[in-house]
Amino acid sequence: MGMTITEKIMAQHAGLSRVKPGQLIQASVDIVLANDITAPLAIEQFRATGTRSVFDRTKVVLVADHFAPHKDILSAEQCRIVREFACEQKLAHYYEGGEMGVEHALLPEKGIVTPGSLIIGADSHTCTYGALGAFATGVGSTDVAAAMVTGKTWFKIPESMRFIFSGTRNPWVGGKDLILYTIGSIGVDGALYKAMEFTGEVINGLTMDDRFTMTNMAIEAGAKNGIIAPDGVTERYMQDRPTPAGRIAYYASDSDASYSASIEYRVDQIEPQVAFPHSPGNTRAISTVGYVPINQAVIGSCTNGRLEDLKIAAHVLKGKRAAPSVRLIIIPATPWIYQQAVRLGLFEIFLNARAIISPPTCGPCLGGHMGILAKGERAIATTNRNFTGRMGHPESEVYLANPAVAAASAVLGRIGSPREIGAEEYR
Amino acid sequence: MKGKCWKYGPDINTDLIIPARYLTTTDPQELARHCMEDADPAFAGRVKKGDILLADKNFGCGSSREHAPLAIKASGVSCVIAKSFARIFYRNAFNVGLLLLVSPELFDDAVEGDEIEVAPETGIIVNITRGKTYHAEPIPPFMRAIINHGGLMKYVASGDS
Repeated sequence: MGMTITEKIMAQHAGLSRVKPGQLIQASVDIVLANDITAPLAIEQFRATGTRSVFDRTKVVLVADHFAPHKDILSAEQCRIVREFACEQKLAHYYEGGEMGVEHALLPEKGIVTPGSLIIGADSHTCTYGALGAFATGVGSTDVAAAMVTGKTWFKIPESMRFIFSGTRNPWVGGKDLILYTIGSIGVDGALYKAMEFTGEVINGLTMDDRFTMTNMAIEAGAKNGIIAPDGVTERYMQDRPTPAGRIAYYASDSDASYSASIEYRVDQIEPQVAFPHSPGNTRAISTVGYVPINQAVIGSCTNGRLEDLKIAAHVLKGKRAAPSVRLIIIPATPWIYQQAVRLGLFEIFLNARAIISPPTCGPCLGGHMGILAKGERAIATTNRNFTGRMGHPESEVYLANPAVAAASAVLGRIGSPREIGAEEYR
Repeated sequence: MKGKCWKYGPDINTDLIIPARYLTTTDPQELARHCMEDADPAFAGRVKKGDILLADKNFGCGSSREHAPLAIKASGVSCVIAKSFARIFYRNAFNVGLLLLVSPELFDDAVEGDEIEVAPETGIIVNITRGKTYHAEPIPPFMRAIINHGGLMKYVASGDS
């Protein structure tokens, strides 16, 4: 019996020739990540052990992205704890201020996470890095603290579920729609504890940015990790990294690997998707949304704040203006994306469209700052969660969609498709 | 352990358990003041030490914030029993010393306020009010030791591991 890509990476990091689902292993970790919300707890626990230095100063990564730039005194204090620890430990990868980006966009961009590596992060969307063919999963602050000491952590090998996407994508259907459709189909615990492996001709045709969007939301189906086997697209992406750190290893699942389920989707039938409140699994096709007026549109986050996402939004917004009733907030996820967006003239389009352009931050995605909703307000967002109160008041609502739909909705003042404002298909 | 139960439905996420607007602190007592706030604003003011929280499937889904199990534990809840748990929450709960048990049947039969008795070492759960007994997977000794020490790091530091 062969192994899946997830099993191969986990076996390699446990020093084993093979592993099987259910097996408990202790694995070495290539990257341990935390942010300004989760790092303070981890640092407190790290210090309580009496350990003087982290296991490897090049492998512990801290990013102050959630409440940054500091939104209030308390968050400033939390960021200070992170900064002081990073300086004291001489961490090679600590990012704040103008070098800071949303962690799951920043780490791949900088080549810090690589194909074949094993990454844990005290952030549930750590699973994003699976798009590179890495094993990456979210953990809590205590697990991060222990791994900062030992460079190791324990895992139960997950069963793998295979999702095969075949056919031809419809206009305006991207990675966001494929993953929302999948979560809508299997439910928010449909992949609980499992590895979600995305395969098929449609996945092969996706950009890296679209792939990151898909693996990013594996957690919204309860998965331990999401993963896509590396191919030419991955290799070209890695060649462009400024400072590829760590070993690069390209793994693929064996043809006789075992899956707990194989689910095939014909994407010809998939329209752009909108997840209604208050669950990412509460999805509807754009043509069945009905009349949903909005007060805010947010384009950004670790799910859809990458350059390709901004290009699509700009394509839809070119020559248009957001409805007067809508706050359109655009958040480039990293300083590099921000700079590229300026160079490509996207900011000109955004500003003419009456958009507010935010510095890189998680900001409103988790109801932090930079666009909080009042009671009864509604937002369409390219983010990953639409839980009750996620973006502000407990009686506000968040609808999840792709960047093209969010941009078109901003113009329409209600949730709608790019077709409705006459946008030409993006290529 | 024995306590009155609170009941919550499926997919209770970590934003409901502790909204992100309160994540500017790591103080467990402060977090407890807002525990379950967006699901049940009355919870934090009325929960008593030793109470037991019952939930439907996928309890604790969403973010990896350890503040969620910390808030529940600091609110006085002794144990959470659900049909299933989200995986990051499950790991985090034991790591901070909050006991969890999985029971597919208990939830549907129980009414909020019922008195529940739990024996983690055997996995036996009794709804005293209804006179019904349930069998959950027992919690192995090392995981009970983690709970008894108040979390993974204290357990490791104790030398008992």
